[in-house]
Amino acid sequence: MELNKLSLSEIKIGLEKGDFTSTELTSHYLERIDKHDEQLNSFISVTSDHALEQAKAADQRYKNEDALPLDGIPIAHKDIFCTKGILTTCGSRMLSNFESPYSATVYEKLDKQGMVMLGKTNMDEFAMGSSNETSFFGKVKNPWNQDYVPGGSSGGSAACVSAELAPVATATDTGGSIRQPASLCGLTGIKPTYGRVSRYGMIAFASSLDQGGVIARSAEDAALVLEAMSGHDPKDSTSLNLDAPDLTANLNDSIKGMKIGLPKEFFDREIPSFVENSIEEAIAVYKDLGAEIVEVSLKNINLSLPVYYIIAPAECSANLSRYDGVRYGYRCEDPENIEDLFMRTREEGFGAEVKRRILIGTYALSAGYYDAYYLKAQKCRQLVANDFNEAFKNVDVILSPTTPGTSFKAGEKTNDPIEMYLQDIFTIPANLAGLPGLSIPCGEHNGLPLGMQLVGNSLEEAKLLQFAHSFQSNTNWHKKMPNI
Amino acid sequence: MSVNLDNWEAVIGLEIHVQLSTKSKLFSGASTDFGALPNTQACNIDLALPGVLPVLNEEVLKMAIKLGKALNAEINSPTSFARKNYFYPDSPKGYQISQMDKPIVETGYLDIETEEGKKRIGVTRAHLEEDAGKSLHDDFEGQSGIDLNRAGTPLLEIVSEPEINSPQEAVAYLKSIHSIIRYLDISDGNMAEGSMRCDANVSVRKKGEKDLGIRTETKNVNSFRFVEKAIQYEIERQIHEIESGNKITQETRLYDSQTNTTRPMRSKEFANDYRYFPEPDLLPINLDKSFIDEVMATMPEMPSEKKERFISEFGLSAYDAELLAADKDLADFFEDVNAVSKSPKLSANWIMGELSAELNNENLTIRESKVTSNKLGQLILRIEDGTISGKIAKEIFEKLWSSDNEVDEIIQSEGLEQVTDDKEIESMIDEVINSNPEQLEQYRSGKDRLFGFFVGQVMKASQGKANPKQVNDILRKKLEK
Repeated sequence: MELNKLSLSEIKIGLEKGDFTSTELTSHYLERIDKHDEQLNSFISVTSDHALEQAKAADQRYKNEDALPLDGIPIAHKDIFCTKGILTTCGSRMLSNFESPYSATVYEKLDKQGMVMLGKTNMDEFAMGSSNETSFFGKVKNPWNQDYVPGGSSGGSAACVSAELAPVATATDTGGSIRQPASLCGLTGIKPTYGRVSRYGMIAFASSLDQGGVIARSAEDAALVLEAMSGHDPKDSTSLNLDAPDLTANLNDSIKGMKIGLPKEFFDREIPSFVENSIEEAIAVYKDLGAEIVEVSLKNINLSLPVYYIIAPAECSANLSRYDGVRYGYRCEDPENIEDLFMRTREEGFGAEVKRRILIGTYALSAGYYDAYYLKAQKCRQLVANDFNEAFKNVDVILSPTTPGTSFKAGEKTNDPIEMYLQDIFTIPANLAGLPGLSIPCGEHNGLPLGMQLVGNSLEEAKLLQFAHSFQSNTNWHKKMPNI
Repeated sequence: MSVNLDNWEAVIGLEIHVQLSTKSKLFSGASTDFGALPNTQACNIDLALPGVLPVLNEEVLKMAIKLGKALNAEINSPTSFARKNYFYPDSPKGYQISQMDKPIVETGYLDIETEEGKKRIGVTRAHLEEDAGKSLHDDFEGQSGIDLNRAGTPLLEIVSEPEINSPQEAVAYLKSIHSIIRYLDISDGNMAEGSMRCDANVSVRKKGEKDLGIRTETKNVNSFRFVEKAIQYEIERQIHEIESGNKITQETRLYDSQTNTTRPMRSKEFANDYRYFPEPDLLPINLDKSFIDEVMATMPEMPSEKKERFISEFGLSAYDAELLAADKDLADFFEDVNAVSKSPKLSANWIMGELSAELNNENLTIRESKVTSNKLGQLILRIEDGTISGKIAKEIFEKLWSSDNEVDEIIQSEGLEQVTDDKEIESMIDEVINSNPEQLEQYRSGKDRLFGFFVGQVMKASQGKANPKQVNDILRKKLEK
């Protein structure tokens, strides 16, 4: 039995039956990380001792027959989630020495289900990037072809799950940071409705867009972990006051008679033919399963990218003000005075992309520009959300490519931020509207995987996963893994 | 600096920061107690650790709604928070959570009274915001310390319209706000400890002119008296500058109580661009009618209502009623005394006379009075029912102040009951008249003023216990004979 090939439910059964222990499974993954991650660089910290302790405790609970729902199952956490007593860097020099004194709600919830943390995954600095090239801790490589990027910002989470260094990983998505790397690494990634997953302890990039989620090898695995992460958190005022949804009960239900919307604005764009072909094949699969295909219009969708690049930088410009060298994190050496401390700490502690976005955001909020940029962007954001509301009166899910193409080579887009930002052209609208979205593999091109995106109506994660699961029950794209 | 104020008009607006007396902070569960060791009352949220989020303390909404109602203002629903961005070492997030577009309280007014008469002052808005920490510059050689205990303490900033025209009006307005927040029990209003802080925006213009002059903002004024003095100074300074041909600079100034002057702190021309935008971590808050009604049900009687009631129910003079009603503790004490004495006028006189004098002497608040309201009521009751004279009452009051004895105990044990027996008084009067033949003759030959001398002698002979009215009546008859 190849332990690293097992799905989460297979792991759970194996542990229950005593086929293997959590300690064996955890050690197996730690060995794989040890062997392969020097190349891939998908982890910033590997928490072996902590993991083996958690595994041991889980094994004891299995012995006592009082195991928790996800007991003993290993997981990797994006290094954006605070973990008590463990380095939490957010991919930045600014937090390169920050050991958090508290844990994120997401970590605590999964910990209470018995999940074993293998380590903290690499990411674009403060989640700003689409290629995982902006991390202070170095680039992450795409396991499918190491010359290529894994996507970002959750590039470490995607790479480690794809390379089978972890069975599943947490991730976050502000403009596509779960779905785009999932697409580029041949995985299933889901970003739930804004407010489903607590943001407490998840280091903020753009508060009104950030949402935690999962990168997994299948919709079923993603459903199990997302359900465990979800639910109201009184520590997050934007958290929805709803219990965690049941995401697995309807996974196997038929989608017959349900409607899939294809936004014509997306398909009017110039898309490479291999992308178009893969999407058409996926649509054919759904048609065979009895779904009805309907054209929908999201007429303001072309506003999404400019709107996003006002709102996200504006929020980040304030969210990142706390990194001033006074209380924790990086501090410049021998500051002359308080201004020097602030300025040099931030100059030395932040990378170029983070600075670029702080500058854009500061500018957009400045006196005299606020109305023209930020306020107008908020109004346009509402227009985008209204388009979705209108569309969901007629359809169950909206289907599109996740990304404009497959992965690209490291360094290919680093000198052209706009080209890089276009990576998220299909994913950003769901963040603006606060809607759930997922990406599942649906093809490949030149040995690199390709994903399709499904966006659902507010709170309809279960339906999205049902669509994803029925596709995966009838195709094999999600089973293809890279050779490393 | 001497200026002629006659041709000038001052235009003043006040910004008052009131520290709300909640147990925990505006957006965290940390305690707000004053005086703890540095940084022992700053939790993860107050420290602005990565990933933390604010959660609003609902208590502040109730407090702000009460204030809004007391200021005859609108309560905004939804009300929302905004981020005010600026870097400062004791501002841990690099922004302050405040309110911009939808402050919880908007468009109210307050009626004040000065020697010039009554006046209505508009209140533009009152908004919630968090306090900053403190920078400590003296404790560490070559370094500054940061104490974040105060960071996140809830403040209400009350902004007046520029409708105040004199330092006296400014103080009347400030005292009125102080009285209201104490009544509502939403702040201790202690200016010396900084739980109530006042910034004054002052400008001057020639009388009759419509355009406002350039204003300055004076900060750091921490008592009623200093507010009056600082504004007075600033008005005179500005007039002097203009009359000397200079221009006023729009700037922030600091008041120095030692020299009674103001000096520039920083120029507003180089002021921060605060880049306000809606706080994305807190959703707009709907204050539904039932919530507001619930809060309204807990509103106490306000100073102006209380004053009117004291006049109509107890027949107090407007002056007495105003003085008592201005301080809630004092007003409560008065009502407690009156409940026993059933004599409002005398109760008011005693509280504002003897009692206030003793309290001032020993620098005590009314709550710390050594004579309880019940005892003072008893004492006044004994004056009213004729058991003791007013003069004896003052002696008893001294004894009450310095001992735990009851009023009636003191009267009995010391035999201080008033002499009301006509015969007994007559014999005392006879003795006084007989032993002062010279004065008697002078009186009878027209020196009326000597009547007081005889009264004094009789009272002295009775050790103050003779009923003064009876002494008066009988003495007059005897002297006329």
